[in-house]
Amino acid sequence: MRHSPRLPLYVTLATFLLALIACVAQFPAMLSWRVAANLLTDNAFLGIVAVGMTFVILSGGIDLSVGSVIAFTSVFLAVLIRDAGIHPLAAFALALGVSTLFGAAMGAIIHHLEMPPFIVTLAGMFLMRGMAYVLSTDSVPVTHEFYGWLQSLYWRAPDGGRFRLIGFLMILTFLLAMLALHRTRFGQNVYALGGSAQTAQLMGVPLARTTIGIYAVSGGLAGFAGIVYSLYTSAGYSLATVGVELDAIAAVVIGGTLLSGGAGFVLGTFFGVLIMGLIQTYIVFDGQLSSWWTKIVIGGLLFAFILLQKVLGWATTARIRPATASAARS
Amino acid sequence: MIKATLRRIAPQLAILALALALNFIVFPDFFSIRMQNGRLYGNLVDVLNRGAPTALLAIGMTLVIATRGIDLSVGAVMAIAGAVAALAVTSGHHWTAALGAGLLAGAVCGLWNGFLVAVLGIQPIVATLVLMVAGRGVAQLLTEGAILTFNDPGLSGLGSGAILALPTPVWIWVGVALAAGLLVRRTALGMLIEAVGVNERSARLAGVDSRALLIAVYLVAGLCAALAGVIVAGDIKGADANNAGLWMELDAILAVVIGGNSLLGGRFSIAASLLGALIIQSVNSAILLSGMPVEFNLVIKALLIIAILVIQSPKVKRAVYLLRASTGQPARETRPPAPRRPAEEGRT
Repeated sequence: MRHSPRLPLYVTLATFLLALIACVAQFPAMLSWRVAANLLTDNAFLGIVAVGMTFVILSGGIDLSVGSVIAFTSVFLAVLIRDAGIHPLAAFALALGVSTLFGAAMGAIIHHLEMPPFIVTLAGMFLMRGMAYVLSTDSVPVTHEFYGWLQSLYWRAPDGGRFRLIGFLMILTFLLAMLALHRTRFGQNVYALGGSAQTAQLMGVPLARTTIGIYAVSGGLAGFAGIVYSLYTSAGYSLATVGVELDAIAAVVIGGTLLSGGAGFVLGTFFGVLIMGLIQTYIVFDGQLSSWWTKIVIGGLLFAFILLQKVLGWATTARIRPATASAARS
Repeated sequence: MIKATLRRIAPQLAILALALALNFIVFPDFFSIRMQNGRLYGNLVDVLNRGAPTALLAIGMTLVIATRGIDLSVGAVMAIAGAVAALAVTSGHHWTAALGAGLLAGAVCGLWNGFLVAVLGIQPIVATLVLMVAGRGVAQLLTEGAILTFNDPGLSGLGSGAILALPTPVWIWVGVALAAGLLVRRTALGMLIEAVGVNERSARLAGVDSRALLIAVYLVAGLCAALAGVIVAGDIKGADANNAGLWMELDAILAVVIGGNSLLGGRFSIAASLLGALIIQSVNSAILLSGMPVEFNLVIKALLIIAILVIQSPKVKRAVYLLRASTGQPARETRPPAPRRPAEEGRT
C-alpha cells in the first residue's frame, strides 16, 4: 500500500501547530487576534505569489521572475497613478494584463523553444527588474483617495487587531486556487503535467495550452501580489521584494509540495506561508534574535522537508518494488 | 586539439569582439593602456579585473552544469568565505591563514552541496537552494550584520593589488582557469564528467564513480566561489554579508550559458564560459561608458539571454538543420541533431 499523498500536508500542519504551541508557551501574548491579523496582512503578497508558485511547481517547473514582477507592478502602478493620472482601478487592470501576458510569453518560450523553465524565468527576472528600474529608480509614493479608502477597509477584532482587505484578498486567492486545481480540467492537467509530461501528452492533455496557462497564472498572481504590495506600502519601489521568489519557493516546499512536480496542495502552501510568518513574528517578540536567524531557520526547514520527501519517496519505491529495490540502490 | 578548441569558442570570440567594438564606438579611448607606478591602467585591464569574480564562479559552474547540475549557492558561499577570511584577519591571524580559512569554508559548503546531490540524490537546484537561503544568514551571523572591515595589506592585496603590472585578481582567475583546464583536458577527468552529465546511470554502469565525481565538482564550485568571495572582500577591505556575491550565481550561470554550454549537461568548455564572463563584463562596461542610465543594464542583459536562448534552442537548431538539408547545402554538422529528449530530462 502506498502512503497517502496527503502525508506531507499533515507534516506541515503538525509543524505549524508545534511551532505555534512552542511560541505561545514562551510568549502567551502571541495567541491574540492582533498577531493573527498582522500575520495575514504582512504576508498577504507572499501568500498570493506562493499560490502562483504552487501551480508552477506542481507542473514540475519553476518561476524565478515573480519577485521582479511584484516590484515592476508596484512601480508601474505608482507611475501610472502619479504621472498619467489614471484611476487606480484602471491601473490595476492594466497591471494585471501586463503581468499575465508576460507570464504567458514566458510559458510560450518554455514550451515552444523547449528551454528549461529555470533559465527562461531567470531572463524574465532580469527583464522585469530592469523595466522597473527604467520606470523609476526612486521610491514613488501613491497618494490617491481611492488607495486611502481601500486601506481603510478592515474588520476590527475584539482586541483591536485589524484584519485588513489585503489579508482577505490572500485568503480568497487560496480558495479560488483550490477550486481551480481540484474542480477544473485545467487543474487536473497541471497535476498530470507534473506527474509526467510524456504520459500527459499521450493522455491527450494539451501541453502547450496548459504550460502557457500555468505561467500566465503565475505571472498574473505575481501582478496581483504587486497590487497588494502597493496597497500595503502605498509606494512603488524598483528595489523592493528582491528574493521574494525564494521565499515563495520555500513556502511551497515547506507546504509539502513535491519539487519534482505532480503532488502537493495549495492548503499546504498556505501553512508554509504562515510558518514563515510565525518565525518572523517569534523573532520580533523575542527582541534578542537578529533577523538573519529567519534565513537560517527557513533554510533548515527547507532541508528538513526536502529530506522528508526523499525518505517518503524511498519508502514508496521500497514497498512497490521490493524485489528491485536493492538493485536500484546499488 | 587547439584547432578544435578554437572552432568551439569561435562564436563566443565573435560576440566578445562585437562587445569590445561596441565599447570602442561609445568610448574611442577604450583600448588605450598606460603604465603608471609600475601598474597597467586602462579600460581593457579593468574588464579583465572586474570580471574576475564572475570568471572564477564560471569555472566551477561550468563543471557543475556539465554534470547536469546547477549551483545556486555560490553567491552565498562568496559571502560566507569573505566573512570567514575577514574574521580570521581581524582576530590577528596572518592573511595566508585567513585565505586558507575562507577556502576551507568554501570547501565545507561545496561538500555539503555535493553530499545532498550525490549521496541523498536531491535535485541540484533544490539542494543548493537550501544553502542559497541559509548561507547568507550564516554570513550575516558571522559578521553580526555589519560590514566587517580590516586593514591587512596582504588580504586586501588579493583584491586590489598588482603583480608584474597586472592586477592580482587577473592572475588568480587565469591561474585557476589554466589549472582547471589542464586538469580536465589533460586527464580523462573531463570526459568522465561529461559522461556523468549525459547519462549518470550508464556512466555508473561503465565503471565511473559518479558519486565521487559529483561531490568533487561541487567541491570545486565551492572553492572557486570562496576565492571569488575573498577577492571581493579584499577589494573593498571588508566583508559585506548583505551584498557580497548578491545575484552573482545568476551572472555565473549566464556566463556558462553564453559560453554555449548546455544546461542539460554533457560537453563543456571552460574557455567558452570564461569568454562568456568577459562578454558580460564588456557589456556592463559599454553601458557604463556610453553614459546610458545604468538602469538599462538589466534590460539589455535580459534581451541578451533571450537572444542566446533562442539560438541555442533545440527546436531552432533542428529547424536550421532541416532548412540546410532541404536547400541542398552541405550541412556543417556531421551529426544529426539530437532527437527530442524525454520531457522529464528537460527540467532543471
